[in-house]
Amino acid sequence: MSGVRVLVGTRKGAFVLTSDGKRQRWDVSGPHFAGWEIYHLKGSPVDPHRLYASQCSGWFGQIIQRSDDGGKTWTQPGTPPGERTTPEGMPKGESNKFVYDTSSGTGKPLTTHQWYDGTQHPWEFKRVWHLEPSPTNPDTVYAGVEDAGLFRSTDGGQNWQELAGLRGHGTGPKWQPGAGGMCLHTVILDPSNPQRIYIAISAAGAFRTDDGGKTWRPINKGLHSQYIPDPNAEIGHCVHHVAIHRSRPNVLFMQKHWDVMRSDNAGDSWHEVSGNLPTDFGFVIDVHAHEPETIYVVPIKSDGEHFPPDGKLRVYRSRAGGNEWEALTKGLPQDNCYVNVLRDAMAVDSLDKCGVYFGTTGGQVYASADAGDSWTPIVQHLPGVLSVEVQTLP
Amino acid sequence: MIRVVLPGHLRALARVSAEVQIDVKGPVTQRSVLDALEAQYPMLRGTIRDHVTHERRPFLRFFACEEDYSLEPPDAPLPESVASGAEPLLIIGAIAGG
Repeated sequence: MSGVRVLVGTRKGAFVLTSDGKRQRWDVSGPHFAGWEIYHLKGSPVDPHRLYASQCSGWFGQIIQRSDDGGKTWTQPGTPPGERTTPEGMPKGESNKFVYDTSSGTGKPLTTHQWYDGTQHPWEFKRVWHLEPSPTNPDTVYAGVEDAGLFRSTDGGQNWQELAGLRGHGTGPKWQPGAGGMCLHTVILDPSNPQRIYIAISAAGAFRTDDGGKTWRPINKGLHSQYIPDPNAEIGHCVHHVAIHRSRPNVLFMQKHWDVMRSDNAGDSWHEVSGNLPTDFGFVIDVHAHEPETIYVVPIKSDGEHFPPDGKLRVYRSRAGGNEWEALTKGLPQDNCYVNVLRDAMAVDSLDKCGVYFGTTGGQVYASADAGDSWTPIVQHLPGVLSVEVQTLP
Repeated sequence: MIRVVLPGHLRALARVSAEVQIDVKGPVTQRSVLDALEAQYPMLRGTIRDHVTHERRPFLRFFACEEDYSLEPPDAPLPESVASGAEPLLIIGAIAGG
């Protein structure tokens, strides 16, 4: 029988939750990397045993971890346990080294971006927010980082090179950090076109490349953000997350700071689909595995009050690609609930019926085995959840 | 042998249980000790000092013989008792919550 593996990143370690296809009984392993912030971990679509994890700390910086056995054991790529240096005495691993590309041959040297007070500020690497493994090669993986940049490894995470055309394409000096930092948090690899990648940055907006990452352009037409000097600016929108259905990679759904948005032309233009949501502020957004017009969000009261309206934790589902939303509450707390659901903390499996999962800052991970009709907590007392990903296992 | 005491998280990362002992060739300084430490435990590269600039990470400090050496130049000699192995070099994380 097929099964699922839920990969949970938290503020104090990673957890791996596994179940069979019924998704009723769960095994919980962890904490892996106890005490460290795990911003994200994700499995390779072509090798489910291959997982990548972003482990970081304000004290000790960024660590990349890799598992080749589905999360049972982990190593830093290039530095196997028990092995130390090359015969020449040089360290084997460069897996934690994220250095912005300042070479003249790749377009732009290290530039500056806008700081909170409007002054210019140099790029400073802080952490990896999101790891996106290639859909075709388990050794190729992309990393979205803070301060915003996109890196790629083609050797299983041993070495990382920046795709510098993004940071240096011209609008960088107008990018600015959101409250969580200037993070590149969304990386979507078009499953039908290996040259096309979408990314999103808080607070700069969404961008697209059609040449494998050499050149980029902003795709923010139609976004309207009243909290920036020019609400319709090309750059400066606080995009929280973007999702697609793999059968229709030109259709994008976005949860912006405020507003739920949709594009039907690969981001060339957007229109609002917030419809009857009780509030259109939020962080997560995802798409049903089998129904491209069925999408999920978790409305949050406001940018100043990061918790659900009325203390009721409600997932909202639209079966019409937006505008018409229904509240999903069965099994979710409907009083005194003041958790948040962060931008990378929702995922779907591809079983039938589609499973939907999300984690909260209060340490709960909820699962629905019926596309959101009902929910059950898998775990209730983890550290604050930063990310949730799901693998559907053969 | 030079003795180095690591913070708990870095012990876990390097898979060592207590203080580590390393060989240092030439003068015993912050730089030579950290170079040798990273060569022996490459998983620690970037965790104590920046990958490129080799500047100490801001939330870490270096102590030896009850003295703070964090702000000393990286090529300044460490105390003789550290060089002789009588005392360890302590790498300590700031008490900053967590």
